[in-house]
Amino acid sequence: MQRPDTGRGFVAMNQAARAVHDIQESLPGPRALLAEGAPIVLESGARLGPVTVAYRTWGTLNAARSNAVLICHALTGDQYALGTHPVTGKPGWWELMVGPGRAIDTDRFFVVCPNCLGGCMGSTGPAAIDPATGELYGTSFPMITIGDMVDVQARLLDELGIERVMCVVGGSMGGMQVLEWAARYGERVASAVPIAAAARHSAQNIAFHEVGRQAIMTDPDWCDGFYYRHGKRPEAGLSVARMAAHITYLSEPALWRKFGRALQDRYAKSYGFEADFQVESYLRHQGASFVERFDANAYLYITRAMDYFDLEAEFEGDLARAWQGTKTRFLLVSFTSDWLFPTSESKEVVRALNRAGANVSFVEIESDRGHDSFLLDEPDLFATVGGFLASVARERGA
Amino acid sequence: MSLLLGKQNRFNLGENAFGLRPDLAIVASMIEPETQLLDVGCGDGVLLEYLVKERGCDGRGMEISQAGVNACVARGLPVVQGDADRHLVDYPDDSFDCAILSHTFQAVHRPREVLRQLLRIADVAIVSILNYGQWRARLSMVLRGRMPHTRIIAQPWFETANIRPCTVRDFLDLVRIEGARTGRAWGIAREREATAITPGFEGQANLFADQAVFELLRPVRPKARRRR
Repeated sequence: MQRPDTGRGFVAMNQAARAVHDIQESLPGPRALLAEGAPIVLESGARLGPVTVAYRTWGTLNAARSNAVLICHALTGDQYALGTHPVTGKPGWWELMVGPGRAIDTDRFFVVCPNCLGGCMGSTGPAAIDPATGELYGTSFPMITIGDMVDVQARLLDELGIERVMCVVGGSMGGMQVLEWAARYGERVASAVPIAAAARHSAQNIAFHEVGRQAIMTDPDWCDGFYYRHGKRPEAGLSVARMAAHITYLSEPALWRKFGRALQDRYAKSYGFEADFQVESYLRHQGASFVERFDANAYLYITRAMDYFDLEAEFEGDLARAWQGTKTRFLLVSFTSDWLFPTSESKEVVRALNRAGANVSFVEIESDRGHDSFLLDEPDLFATVGGFLASVARERGA
Repeated sequence: MSLLLGKQNRFNLGENAFGLRPDLAIVASMIEPETQLLDVGCGDGVLLEYLVKERGCDGRGMEISQAGVNACVARGLPVVQGDADRHLVDYPDDSFDCAILSHTFQAVHRPREVLRQLLRIADVAIVSILNYGQWRARLSMVLRGRMPHTRIIAQPWFETANIRPCTVRDFLDLVRIEGARTGRAWGIAREREATAITPGFEGQANLFADQAVFELLRPVRPKARRRR
């Protein structure tokens, strides 16, 4: 990739900021430099450009270019759906779904997974260089939306020479992007698979996000969003944000099964504020390991993008208009125990798609593992998505 | 595929070219090509697939079981997980030309409401039932003093999904109460002999058919009252 010509960029950044920047630059995988000529006009009206998108691909694009599958990741996901994660050393976040012989079969399909706009794994976001100042953006990064993320992904597909994808698939925020894809670029999407998603963020979900953001923004190390230049990171705040959010991804039965009221490494209560309970220890671990791989500002921006998402409002109060007359085939999946993106939200989308005359399938999968079910070993999920994709591929001769 | 077409009123379904269950073969024969339809309780999608692929219908399905939905999705059929009692309300008025409810009608909690919903979302409803008035069922009940247990009514009362057992006459009564009209109707005996149920011969069907398929049409809307 060409570095944006910032002129004074590498002078303006101090050592701490440079370190943040260099980590992103050193991540494996290709990057596309988009909107080099004219900047992208964001939904907010702000301009942004050029934009870097870090992405990964698996499989081979066929001669007809008809077998591409675009994966949109969730809030804290990234492009490393498959393969060892370069920062955490853990397996990819969707190894169970994607791979040779899996539901999203990399032997048959050309799978593309970009890091979203605003992300912190190499795509342009608050931890990227602002070409205007040569410094990292911090909170001077413009507000982004789910629609903006989708627009950038569309430009990436242009760059890759993919006019029409066989499928856009994603869970949670990824599912929001899938719905937005089908609304904005229906003609470019043969099929859409939003999993555990919704056409808008609920009041409760906005509330949870606000708790997380406040945890970050009240951390003195946040420095109004310019912590990079001070060599600091709001780790305490980000870790609390992650802990709170992580609870919303699970369910009481799942927590109870895993931890119950069991104590951590001790036989009796300490009568203090140490992590007596296993569940506390688990959450602290989740928080601590999250700050190792995620940027606090990226968390702020992406949660905000999700909060702003409301397709119904975007289409003048009638969700059906988002997909009126669409030719895209839809498969929606929800999970019984998901209280963050409950089945009722998916059903609302299904109803609107029915009104729009769309070809829609919908499954509610029995699972007591909450919102995170889409990332876990759920054989019914794989069977449904695999069967659907195979039928779309047959239809398209991919 | 011209089986069951024409003016005949008796068929042997044993030879049906559809490869479908007899009552489904009858249902299939009642549906015009390129119909927009909803198959409620579509199971693994056998009928729906036939109608979509062989008849060029624009077909949608609704199915309660996960296994059924998965099978349909794998066949490339658009199917929504849901049940007739609760989820027909999700469809706007006049969404379909035809709504099919085969062997599901007796498994719903509120058959009357389901009937209304079917005729709200579609111009025509095709409903098939097991006939608990068939002579074997009657005999079984009279002689044994127990709930009917026949080849067709195979499940014991405590396991059958058919929580609303009814006879051909019962069913037609409900249709009448709802003000709907009956179009074509077929009785099926011994799982293969189909006989048209014509006006005046309902009793015969009620005695001999172990299954029946009805085409139901919307009530004729009362003409706007003339102002005096």
